[in-house]
Amino acid sequence: MPTLVSHPDEVKVISRRFGMGAKDIEKYIELDGYKAVQQGIEQGPAWIVDTMKASGLRGRGGAGFPTGMKWSFVPKVSEKPKYVLVNGDESEPGTCKDHVIFLEDPHAVIEGTMIAGLAIGAKMGFIYLRGEYRYLLNIVEKAVAEAYAKGFLGKNIFGKEGVDFDIITQTGAGAYEVGEESALMESLEGKRGVPRIKPPFPAVVGLYGGPTVINNAETIANAPHILLMGGEAYAKLGTERNGGTRLFGISGHVNKPGVYELPMGYSLRDAIYKVAGGIPGGKALKAVVPGGASCPVLKADEIDVGLDFDQMAKAGTMLGSGGIVVLDETVSIVEFALRTIRFYQHESCGWCIPCREGTDWLKKTLTRFHAGGGNKKDIDNIQYLAENMMGRTFCPLGDAAAMPTLGFIKKFRGEFEEYLAGARVENPLIQITTIGETELAAH
Amino acid sequence: MAAVANSIFTPATAARFDKLATIYPLKRSALVPMLLYAQDEVGYVSDEVVAELAVRLDLLELDVRGVLSYYSMLRTVPAGKYNVQVCTNISCMLRGGFELLDHCKHKLGIGHKGVTADGLFSLEEVECIGACCWAPAVQVNYDFHENLTPAKMDAVLADYAAGKGKNEPPSPSIGSAAPEAK
Ligand SMILES: Cc1cc2nc3c(=O)[nH]c(=O)nc-3n(C[C@H](O)[C@H](O)[C@H](O)COP(=O)(O)O)c2cc1C
Ligand code: SF4
Ligand code: FES
Repeated sequence: MPTLVSHPDEVKVISRRFGMGAKDIEKYIELDGYKAVQQGIEQGPAWIVDTMKASGLRGRGGAGFPTGMKWSFVPKVSEKPKYVLVNGDESEPGTCKDHVIFLEDPHAVIEGTMIAGLAIGAKMGFIYLRGEYRYLLNIVEKAVAEAYAKGFLGKNIFGKEGVDFDIITQTGAGAYEVGEESALMESLEGKRGVPRIKPPFPAVVGLYGGPTVINNAETIANAPHILLMGGEAYAKLGTERNGGTRLFGISGHVNKPGVYELPMGYSLRDAIYKVAGGIPGGKALKAVVPGGASCPVLKADEIDVGLDFDQMAKAGTMLGSGGIVVLDETVSIVEFALRTIRFYQHESCGWCIPCREGTDWLKKTLTRFHAGGGNKKDIDNIQYLAENMMGRTFCPLGDAAAMPTLGFIKKFRGEFEEYLAGARVENPLIQITTIGETELAAH
Repeated sequence: MAAVANSIFTPATAARFDKLATIYPLKRSALVPMLLYAQDEVGYVSDEVVAELAVRLDLLELDVRGVLSYYSMLRTVPAGKYNVQVCTNISCMLRGGFELLDHCKHKLGIGHKGVTADGLFSLEEVECIGACCWAPAVQVNYDFHENLTPAKMDAVLADYAAGKGKNEPPSPSIGSAAPEAK
């Protein structure tokens, strides 16, 4: 079970109910639960959308798209039913924040889904969890059942004539790519998780061909808090154009790894050294992957930057999913780059050639390089391959593979050259034992 | 009336599947969950599972197989009773994920996707399982084990071998209390 952590610099909005037993509906109600959605019913869709816009909340799934604006794009009138889709596929390496939300405050996700539904005029929402999260699915399903039993879901919710809302929970079965919004819709329609060509965008043609709002689970769980505290009050917690707080998962070489809620714009240096307690054994920092595996790496002298979408973009990287992975001086970037690209090669859906072939060649080249069979041209080839994947794929997974690779090569080129010359770190992290290699080959 | 005569599933699962096929705007939406829940019961997605799900959802077996081959958790051969899935992705790697995988290989005498001779354990190297802040992390079937070391891993394996593992039964209430049949 995840250990809950805490630090005085935290500003608790979304994590306010963590550790308080809020997965029980009575407790959730006691802690102001299901008030926001009732307020939303009273005040109407325009008020909800305006409040969300004023909050400056930007999507917590990775791209940081303004949530209020996304909700306002959905056409008011539609022949086909509209839907809300909650993305709980959480598979970006380094990211485990939604895990804690589902575990500690599942009703906030449910209430947020209802609020999004009210805002866009949908009567049905789906909460999709990755297949590995079965114990969390059980928790969410129990919470949904409780909400039905109270009359908060179903027909005439909260006793309001003509206000209906249903929620269906759904499990995935193992696939990173299904976290991409259109691939998620394909999966929910019982198909392979291959993305769709855009446009049309989901807000116009989404799930079952109906207008659909898709949001990350953390984005959605913020909605009830924002309605209760007011958009401006939430916005003020963060920085300009980056409203509020967000959950940061700090992992890797830190003394106190964990999921912390920090204001947007909080210093990355302080997140590592103050909040997460610094690096074990007094070792020096080598690098930080600041927002999940797909974000370009920052070097040790680049961490005086604020954790918001705009400042990270300015620093040449991304805030991404909020998963901060910390590497101490003992890590070999060659090893780290290899493990990163192995992931993307495994997860490429194979639809487009630059991604399918590009990730495969990057993996092959880096595997050989790592094994000691590299040559000078490899370093340029890796860069050339990655550069040619950028922007040439159907979905952003191709970029997600290329961007970190380019970061490693550009910022740590010297390390690749030293590796070529025979330099090795003292304790390599990747260990390969040949047990079962024949079985491996058969699969 | 049951949707399928002579179902290969237990009556409880068959009844859940009957319902699952009715709750979505489109029946086919039940396919991915059904494949996983069927695997939970049968141990893998057998030819019989494919055939029955195709009938249940009015699909071709080919459609079912196409979807089946996409998702990494679904398998067409049995795994061990306890499927040990070791994450070696970045956060776990930094905190000993590979060491843990190697330890399991030696301990169990099997490699990636191998099954022990007694069928008790199987081993898999997996991608990030969403437990990065509690790394290194392992999933045994659906149970998470976190902040592991080789010694702690031995204790976890010993517990399962003695039938004392967590192994919470994966009992989805399927589609939750969701809308009644349309
Ligand atoms: C390959 C890939 C994987 C993704 N995985 C996730 C995920 O696991 N969870 C998530 O919320 N968003 C994920 N996204 C982003 C979604 O496509 C989408 O932008 C997001 O769910 C929108 O929600 P937001 O606006 O609330 O951030 C992924 C995107 C890509 C390209
Ligand atoms: S970029 Fe990769 S994952 Fe995305 S559609 Fe192309 S092959 Fe599939
Ligand atoms: S990297 Fe291992 S659980 Fe995320």
